Amino acid sequence: MALTLLRGLKTHSFRLYPSLHFTRNHGVLYFSTKSTQGQTATREKQHTRLKVSSKPESVKFDEISKNYEAVIGIETHVQLSTLTKAFCSCPYNYGSQPNTSVCPICMGLPGALPVLNTKVIEYAVKLGLALNCSLSLNSKFDRKQYFYPDLPKGYQISQFDIPIALGGYLDVDLPVEFGGGHRKFGVTRVHMEEDAGKLLHTGNGNYSQENYYFLLIGIVDLNRAGVPLLEIVSEPDMRTGIEAAEYAAELQRLVRYLGVSNGNMQEGSLRCDVNISIRPIGQLEFGTKVEIKNLNSFSSMSRAIDFEISRQALLHSLGQADEIVQETRLWEEGAQKTVTMRKKEGLADYRYFPEPDLPSVNLSEEYVNEIRDSLPELPEMKRRRYENMGLSMQDVLFLTNDVNVAAFFDATIATGADVKLATNWIMGDVAAYLKNEKLSINDIKLTAHELGELIASIKSGTISGKIGKEILFELMAKGGTVEGLIKEKDLVQIVDPTEIEKIVDKVLANNPKQLEQYRGGKTKLQGFFAGQVMKETKGKANPGLLNKILLDRLNSKS
Amino acid sequence: MLSSAQTTPRLLRSPTTTAAAAALKCSSQIITTRKSLISRQTSAVDLAKSFLHRLRRTEPQLNSFLYVPPDEAVLKQAEDLDKKIKNNEELGPLAGVLVGIKDNICTYDMPSTAGSKLLENYRPPYDATAVRKLRACGAIVVGKTNLDEFGMGSTTEASAYQVTANPWDLSRVPGGSSGGSAAAVSARQCMVSLGSDTGGSVRQPASFCGVVGLKPTYGRVSRYGLVSYASSLDVIGCFGSSVADAGILLNSISGHDKNDATSSSREVPDYASQFLEIDDLESKPLKGLRVGVIRETLEDGVDLEVISSVRDAVSHLEELGCLVTEVSLPSFSLGLPAYYILASSESSSNLSRYDGVRYGNQVFGDELNSLYGDSRAQGFGSEVKMRILMGTYALSAGYYDAYYKRAQQVRTIIRNSFKEALDKNDILISPAAPSVAYKIGEKKNDPLAMYAGDIMTVNVNLAGLPALVLPCGFVEGGSKGLPVGIQMIGAAFDEEKLLKIGHIFEQTLQGCSFVPPIVADEWTP
Ligand SMILES: [Zn+2]
Repeated sequence: MALTLLRGLKTHSFRLYPSLHFTRNHGVLYFSTKSTQGQTATREKQHTRLKVSSKPESVKFDEISKNYEAVIGIETHVQLSTLTKAFCSCPYNYGSQPNTSVCPICMGLPGALPVLNTKVIEYAVKLGLALNCSLSLNSKFDRKQYFYPDLPKGYQISQFDIPIALGGYLDVDLPVEFGGGHRKFGVTRVHMEEDAGKLLHTGNGNYSQENYYFLLIGIVDLNRAGVPLLEIVSEPDMRTGIEAAEYAAELQRLVRYLGVSNGNMQEGSLRCDVNISIRPIGQLEFGTKVEIKNLNSFSSMSRAIDFEISRQALLHSLGQADEIVQETRLWEEGAQKTVTMRKKEGLADYRYFPEPDLPSVNLSEEYVNEIRDSLPELPEMKRRRYENMGLSMQDVLFLTNDVNVAAFFDATIATGADVKLATNWIMGDVAAYLKNEKLSINDIKLTAHELGELIASIKSGTISGKIGKEILFELMAKGGTVEGLIKEKDLVQIVDPTEIEKIVDKVLANNPKQLEQYRGGKTKLQGFFAGQVMKETKGKANPGLLNKILLDRLNSKS
Repeated sequence: MLSSAQTTPRLLRSPTTTAAAAALKCSSQIITTRKSLISRQTSAVDLAKSFLHRLRRTEPQLNSFLYVPPDEAVLKQAEDLDKKIKNNEELGPLAGVLVGIKDNICTYDMPSTAGSKLLENYRPPYDATAVRKLRACGAIVVGKTNLDEFGMGSTTEASAYQVTANPWDLSRVPGGSSGGSAAAVSARQCMVSLGSDTGGSVRQPASFCGVVGLKPTYGRVSRYGLVSYASSLDVIGCFGSSVADAGILLNSISGHDKNDATSSSREVPDYASQFLEIDDLESKPLKGLRVGVIRETLEDGVDLEVISSVRDAVSHLEELGCLVTEVSLPSFSLGLPAYYILASSESSSNLSRYDGVRYGNQVFGDELNSLYGDSRAQGFGSEVKMRILMGTYALSAGYYDAYYKRAQQVRTIIRNSFKEALDKNDILISPAAPSVAYKIGEKKNDPLAMYAGDIMTVNVNLAGLPALVLPCGFVEGGSKGLPVGIQMIGAAFDEEKLLKIGHIFEQTLQGCSFVPPIVADEWTP
């Protein structure tokens, strides 16, 4: 971590005011398909620009933090993109007017009963298999009981002692600019549960007295209540903010590849709670665990963890380790720090017991095998395949980051296009266009087939690379075919030497003065003549041929 | 003073006697109603009026109902039905049948309070599946009946609103928790009614009020819209003044419901076809049926008069051709503690939703926890609070294994022992309750004594089996004696057999009229 991040830490009456600054601009390598969907771990352009602190504290801090190791585990809630909620037939659409997508069941009205949406099981099995878990063929639902105004029944339907999937792992390739490397992070369990509603007017997560009275006059939105979730609990295998953020980003990639969730963090479709403790390097026991909530992006996750590591390391070094207590801390994006949200007073007793309103969940081997056979190629398999195709890890990570980009790439090379050329086009001009226009690759008119045609047309010399670029923008914005555009705009490259000779001769004849200057030694004028020829041919002259013929003519003493 | 009704009922020894047959043919109010409507002997409006009149007359003494809609609302439905009859339109199987609904079963057009202050004036936006089905069959809902709060109690005294009196003796309880539904059918305030049975809440009041109570197999009837008490035990059950009525009512509400994942998708047999008329009977109509009398239910702790009534009923079954043996269920006594742990545990969870945020009176405090605590402390009655506390305790970390888990193990043992006994017998027999109806207030301050009264019924819920309770005799008490009920327990989903045996038993039982004194003068079957 010290390799990648520098911090400027000032201490002020034992409180930390972090100004965590990243050493590089991470916007380069990665792009998002849509601004609302595209946060990926290290891929967001950091708002805080590099400011390497020269303050002695930061040096001192690096010294301190070198002696500690962080142990990080993550609980992730993934909202499933089923058409209807987990136990009723209400649809869920993010951003709907409060309490417009509710019914007696998800409102927990007296007498209403839950009935499981079987899609939830299908999605859970998909994710369980994709996370290399073993599946519980006989699992069940349990009630987790606690009081909170956003929980209409006074309990959450969840899974307790027999989760649907257990004991898997997630493969992650760390970004090259963070040192790269492959990691396997353990997954403890995956279980199904229902989401709670939302309290309105609690924007900053500050559950004040005032808000509490708001609740009583009905400011609870139950649209989200009963929406199916998968909770994925990781092993405490992560050691740095980047590793944690990459784990979460890979999980996002996975659910998107599987089509089980949109994985959108801002909308809350993917929510990560981080558990973190630090211990002196070499010590086996874990330190006191702190939970961090309110992480709305991968970068805030990474920054929150790094902040927390520094906070805890500093307390250790000051001999105040006992001030690290079991608590839930909130990440404050504005202040770039974590603050105490609530201290945990002993263990919460959720009084779990088997949900009597729902039958047990029994899966047959055939059912599981059917789903296993229907799984798409997953990010890890794709990365290894692309790697074997000879692509660099940077390219591999770029292409596999977004399932749609990967599909586009696969379709392009399926047309026979050169792998490296296809990669360059997609990562270069296509990506830039998407970024500028804030579009996803599925939004543009360009098809993989036409990109293949374009690459083939350049390779065969039908058009020049420069014209290829022009056509590409046309194809992305308006669509059409490469062949059609070449015909329509008469863009076929002139590769006939005699035709080029004719034009060269015409240009030389029209510019006797410049010709004389050239022959007098002003050889820089070659560019002028080349430009004139290009102008005459509307850029269609084959550049190599043109230069060769032009030089011949310029230097011949006829 | 012994009245004539207190004499031991006699078996009708010559079932072919036509005079007797004619009298017994009409014991089903549903069948009679249908016949007289179709033949235009009476109109739905006249029928409804006579019931409403009786209801208004008796209700001040009985307090069976928590809500009765304005007469016009009921009569409007009867008028619509009469129009249909006039136009010779097809009639539903329950056309014109006046039904009372226990107030923990949701009705969209009437309040549904579950007998709790927390749900005072609560109007559900939907009908329970059972109610929806009844209405679709042409039934007319005449009101919502009283109950122990959320179904927790055996006397209906734990209602937050009123105490219901037993029509046989107004100083006695009607039983509970479906006391209102049982009293209403007994006093002919309605023809049939729905109750719910978690540990005996249909069967024990049926016994106390001298009516037929049917607890179906768990899953036979959808629970959707039944305010949950203990989800794994709750079933909606039927009350009627005859086995046929209870059976026909069950027929109309049974079946799989996509809104209840615990409802069974087994096909529903036509229970109504069971109800043979008396002149079709052979001399030994129940020949060869194996009847097991549960030894543990006729021992200490059961009133001697109840035991003797049940023994007489067993002899009656023997005379009808049954092969009677005594069976032992050693796990029987374990049922009561297991039941109270499981039912309390589930109820502590099911009642969490009444948190003061959405229902009931909000009691504002300094913080969120006191909102919950104070609102619930004020909203719930003491019986409910006691069960929530017991259940919360049983589910708490450190106690779960000793209580909840152990009770589940006992439940499995009980289920298995019933299964074994029912493999060897067609039905099992026990009293419906250890005593007849007791005095109002008598057990109010002795919850353990009240809980002990549930011993006959709770095992059946733990095993998920169907059971039929029907009046089989009287013991001394009140002005005309107090009815005793016999319980017949069947194999899972074998309601058909229970109804068949019950019907023949009822049709051949002579010398008993289970019409309570409060309406005896005006009721002519
Ligand atoms: Zn809903």
